[in-house]
Amino acid sequence: MAIPTSGFAGRRRTRDVNLPPGQYATDSFPVMSAGPTPRVLRADWTFQIAAGQGRTHQWTWEQLQALPQEDVTTDIHCVTHWSKFGTAWRGVSLDTLFEDVESGSDHTMVHSYGGYTTNIPLGDLLDGKAWLVHEFDGEPLAAAHGGPARLLVPHLYLWKSAKWVSGIRLMDQDLPGFWETNGYAMYGDPWREDRYW
Amino acid sequence: MRRTWQAAEVSAARPETATARTLRLRFPDAVSGVAGQHVDLRLTAEDGYQAVRSYSVAAWVPPHELELTVEELDDGEVSPYLVTELSVGDRLEVRGPVGGWFTWTPDLGGPLQLIAGGSGIVPLMAMLRSHAEARSVVPARLLYSVRDPGSVFYRGELTVLGQEDTQVTIDVAYTRAAPDGRPVGRLTRDAVTAACFPPEDHPAIYICGSTGFVESVASWLVEDGHDAGRIRTERYGG
Repeated sequence: MAIPTSGFAGRRRTRDVNLPPGQYATDSFPVMSAGPTPRVLRADWTFQIAAGQGRTHQWTWEQLQALPQEDVTTDIHCVTHWSKFGTAWRGVSLDTLFEDVESGSDHTMVHSYGGYTTNIPLGDLLDGKAWLVHEFDGEPLAAAHGGPARLLVPHLYLWKSAKWVSGIRLMDQDLPGFWETNGYAMYGDPWREDRYW
Repeated sequence: MRRTWQAAEVSAARPETATARTLRLRFPDAVSGVAGQHVDLRLTAEDGYQAVRSYSVAAWVPPHELELTVEELDDGEVSPYLVTELSVGDRLEVRGPVGGWFTWTPDLGGPLQLIAGGSGIVPLMAMLRSHAEARSVVPARLLYSVRDPGSVFYRGELTVLGQEDTQVTIDVAYTRAAPDGRPVGRLTRDAVTAACFPPEDHPAIYICGSTGFVESVASWLVEDGHDAGRIRTERYGG
């Protein structure tokens, strides 16, 4: 059902094929978050992958920088309806971080400084689909945008790309994170408009 | 939560300021939600082109209506239409309500500290209205930062609430122009501290405004000793 809205013309006459349904393109970079911005010093920063049974992999800021770095240019899609094309990031592929991680679990919970969590299937973090990024547009990632480092999972709505990320915990079953318990979808595929419960 | 689009009719519209308008939408079925939630609006042009935006609910008007307040953005595609063209009797489509975090219900208690920058007042006004309708005895304070006296939404209602509801305290801060005798200027940390419940009262804090506003105010409150876990934020923009 789509009823016409009297007198509404809109501005963009052709739909961009790169724009998922219900989204509009913006040149700005809006900031969305649930609470105050955590201030994390690089000297104090660590990132952990907890694979269960006590098997934990950890990196310091210096260790992260020593890993192979990738430049990623990608479109991002926020559930609040804006999309931003061609954003430029730099960071480490999750494939690199998971290289030595042994686990039979298929699900993950991503954790952030400040307490934020979001769930992502392990398969959506691997095979060149996700990065731990620390630069945006050639500059160190600002705290408001998730610095020192955030996750980047551009094929899912941006709330899955956790800011201020501190670690990933592998799970045997899919459990909801922060927004997923507050009305938002478990998976969050922009192309299927998987926004809300 | 309704995941499907519902047709709604504009049953009333009134200007809030020179650039903002409150729209009352009427639904065929009953609608309900809690203060702080938003809805998605879908507008469809005659050629089928569609645009979707999210707007905070300003008031729930049971059983069939809700109100939104929309501020016109300079380069907006949808907001100028909603503020200046849409007429009573026109129809658009609505999905929601959405959101389970930036919400307040009277049973959550308080004290309730609300801090709004500009049109960030909208979801916080829904909370004050919920507080008033429930005759809540939870102490509530609103700090509302605006450019000038002409930018105040819900002016009459806020004045009445501040004067008649002994549980509610309202402070308006003016950044560009103020009524005679009132200070003008950038909102300062001291002004925020003075207008808020102290950390030892453990207020539930809701901040809504532009990114810069929310970043500044939330940082000050954390530095003042408020528990970051008690501070909920929502930013408009994009």
